[in-house]
Amino acid sequence: MGKRPVQLDELISQEYRHGFYTPMDVDAVPRGLSEDVIRVISAKKQEPAFMLEWRLKAFRHWLTMTEPHWATVRHPAIDYQDIVYYSAPRGKADGPKSLAEVDPELLRTYEKLGVPLQERELLAGVAVDAVFDSVSVATTFKDKLASLGIVFCSFSEAVQSHPELVQQYLGSVVPYTDNFFAALNSAVFSDGSFCYIPPGVRCPMELSTYFRINARNTGQFERTLIIADRGAYVSYLEGCTAPMRDENQLHAAVVELIALEGAQIKYSTVQNWYPGDKEGKGGIYNFVTKRGDCREANSKISWTQVETGSAITWKYPSVILRGDNSVGEFHSVALTNHWQQADTGTKMIHLGRNTRSTILSKGISAGHGSNAYRGLVKVAKSAVGARNYTQCDSLLLGDRCAAHTFPYIEVKNPTARVEHEASTSRIGEDQLFYCQSRGISAEDAVSLIVSGFCKEVFKQLPMEFAVEAQKLLGVSLEGSIG
Amino acid sequence: MRIGPEEPCVPGFLSAYPSLAVQLPGAALPWLRRSRDEALERFAALGLPTTRDEDWKYTSVAAIARRTFGVDAVADVPGNARTVVLHHAIEGTHRMVFVDGRFVPGLSQPMPLPATLPEGARIGSLAQALDTWTEDAEAFFAAADEAADGFAALNSVFWSDGAWIDLAAGVALEAPVHLLFVTTRGDIANFPRNLIRAGDGASATVIEHHVGPDGASYLSDTLTRIVLGRGARIAHTKLQQEGRRSFHLANVSAEQGRDSAFLSHALAFGGQLSRAAITTRLGAEGCDAKLAGLYVGSGRQHIDHHTCIDHASPRGTSRELYKGVLDEAARAVFNGRVIVRPDAQRTDALQSNRNLLLSEEAEVDTKPQLEIWADDVKCAHGATVGQLDADQLHYLRARGIGESDARALLIRAFAADALAGIEHGPLRARLESLLPGALPEAM
Repeated sequence: MGKRPVQLDELISQEYRHGFYTPMDVDAVPRGLSEDVIRVISAKKQEPAFMLEWRLKAFRHWLTMTEPHWATVRHPAIDYQDIVYYSAPRGKADGPKSLAEVDPELLRTYEKLGVPLQERELLAGVAVDAVFDSVSVATTFKDKLASLGIVFCSFSEAVQSHPELVQQYLGSVVPYTDNFFAALNSAVFSDGSFCYIPPGVRCPMELSTYFRINARNTGQFERTLIIADRGAYVSYLEGCTAPMRDENQLHAAVVELIALEGAQIKYSTVQNWYPGDKEGKGGIYNFVTKRGDCREANSKISWTQVETGSAITWKYPSVILRGDNSVGEFHSVALTNHWQQADTGTKMIHLGRNTRSTILSKGISAGHGSNAYRGLVKVAKSAVGARNYTQCDSLLLGDRCAAHTFPYIEVKNPTARVEHEASTSRIGEDQLFYCQSRGISAEDAVSLIVSGFCKEVFKQLPMEFAVEAQKLLGVSLEGSIG
Repeated sequence: MRIGPEEPCVPGFLSAYPSLAVQLPGAALPWLRRSRDEALERFAALGLPTTRDEDWKYTSVAAIARRTFGVDAVADVPGNARTVVLHHAIEGTHRMVFVDGRFVPGLSQPMPLPATLPEGARIGSLAQALDTWTEDAEAFFAAADEAADGFAALNSVFWSDGAWIDLAAGVALEAPVHLLFVTTRGDIANFPRNLIRAGDGASATVIEHHVGPDGASYLSDTLTRIVLGRGARIAHTKLQQEGRRSFHLANVSAEQGRDSAFLSHALAFGGQLSRAAITTRLGAEGCDAKLAGLYVGSGRQHIDHHTCIDHASPRGTSRELYKGVLDEAARAVFNGRVIVRPDAQRTDALQSNRNLLLSEEAEVDTKPQLEIWADDVKCAHGATVGQLDADQLHYLRARGIGESDARALLIRAFAADALAGIEHGPLRARLESLLPGALPEAM
């Protein structure tokens, strides 16, 4: 890791000081991270004791870890003591007062994406009172969900209202010991989403953070926990296609999915955070741990992601196929333009019998963008009859971009069938010529070909989302064609 | 991470060097002495790799690190060496035999070699070449010392002999050169080193063959460096038939000149733990590289192949096919890197690794990998792991072929692809005949 405080050894050797804690001024938690800061976060959120203990254990473990450097990404060292780990929900005075104060570049992008006017204000962080349609929409949805027994709320709310579910499942897929960023997240996460679908319930609508009004300002260390009980089904959408205004550079979120017997979880992400400017200055570092656990037989978890934002994307949505006959899927489109870097992929861990997984990854690199697929398919000795099919394709636009493929395949069972295929190429001159000779401009032709390239992944997205994602690709690629 | 002085292996080698240095070939040449001294320092710093190194993630050399190996110089050639050599001889080749790391002219054939060679072909023992062709050797050695792991450094310290093959421009060797490295004793370490250079338009086939007794535990640490001039062509076949208790660690690296062709076959049958790193750099325009491999393991064998095809220049073509058959508790590792550098436009690269698992206990870890920094390229790779196809077995059995014959037939067919590119008929026939011995349970 970058700079470590001098008193680090002191902290590591420190005993757990039950009952001792320095009261701090709640509204002004200083920069940096210590046990006291964690106690303050936990106290402010009025968490039960088990949460505080869990956070502290995570923090102590984090202190023993070093920042990983194996990904094919480059960034300046991160100073973890220079981050404010808790800030009270931002006052309305912080944001721009009206759309007139918002960066015109951002407004033009909204225009192109066709974002409704009121939503533009929300997305740009304009401090308006939340009195537009989606509030009432959100409330209506909440009533409907509650009548089915579905719990869908912020993480803080869940800790208060369903502590037993949180205690049972939190960290059961991504333990705090998992990796450097997961440990950090476990220690300091401020909020996130929680979702529980009771047995046999098919969630009647796509759940989305977009509809959850209190999802704003959940901060940089977000934590999501979704549990689908026996035979339940849920489709969950994260993020949205419009670029979000955000002041935090480091994002280290954790997402845990748990599917019990016969349950299905479909998790879709469209990520379009600020990628930095054309020279590669600024932009979000998106270091995320996402993992699903097909804990019981016949369950299914499916990840779909469209990654076009962030200066650096570093994430591997994974599935542990524990239950017999369980199914894991990963569909991904990652686009890097200008100086963006993406190191993304998945892990499929086959443990149960007759488990199946499919990986479909499409990488598009333009400008100086660098795109790496890194995946692991692991078939344990117990996974009789496991089956995996992986396809990774890369499309190169521009002679200074890069595309890498690092698939790891570990097979310990002879009845397994594992196949991996990857290809890398650029847009064919003949394809471009074909389109152009039919009156389609070069830029539109590229956009058309890219859409075709990603079609198999977009097919997996909920319909409205897919349309938006397609438009987003077009916008993100602007300026990449000479 | 490294294995350093806390395990016996590393200090064992370090302490053996000072007294041995004066007896090693070229001890009188200051530059060579310096090269060995520097390699020793490199080895002391590098130590042996551990599984924390990404390149050694699946291969642990702890069994090597835990013990020491003798490096003492000359011992007599045992009487049974001749029988071993005749058993492994390959028809229609020039044969050079090295026993326990040293050239034995009496077992080589036809000798003296130069008489049967075209003009401009200089072939001989590396140790002797240092005396005859000293001025050429220095530059060549400098290039061979680039490899960065502890085992390569160790070879640079202790290499005792090997082949020197130097072909002037336009020289074409008709018959393959068969380099046979025989280990006769346990508890020793061998460090063969081969330097092969083909001038512009020259061509040759070289078979690098390692054999040893099944009962003895020893270490072979080999290094082969191949340099191809403009339009040159080298076919290199590495046949590893070490004893079943031995350790075999090999480095083969090629540097290709313009429009040159490098054809590599790596065949691994023996050894308790074996690893071959095969690298080629397509250093000028229009190169062609073909890498093929076959690894067959049973018992508790561990077989590792690391290949790297480095497209550093435009218009290069590479084809790679590695196949593995694993029975009982054997474990195989394949790591194939294809790099396309920023200016290597119009590169065309294909890579494939296919594995056949025959038992519950067998294991494969494969990692084909593409690193592409140029846009006008056509690159693809694939990897599969599976078992024998039940439909194919059924088809054969329905035609009256017994189960074990049907399985043997399918295994043979699976392996055949990887051997198809071998041009020397007797060698190909030999390789095909080795399968049943390597898979005692399955065939």
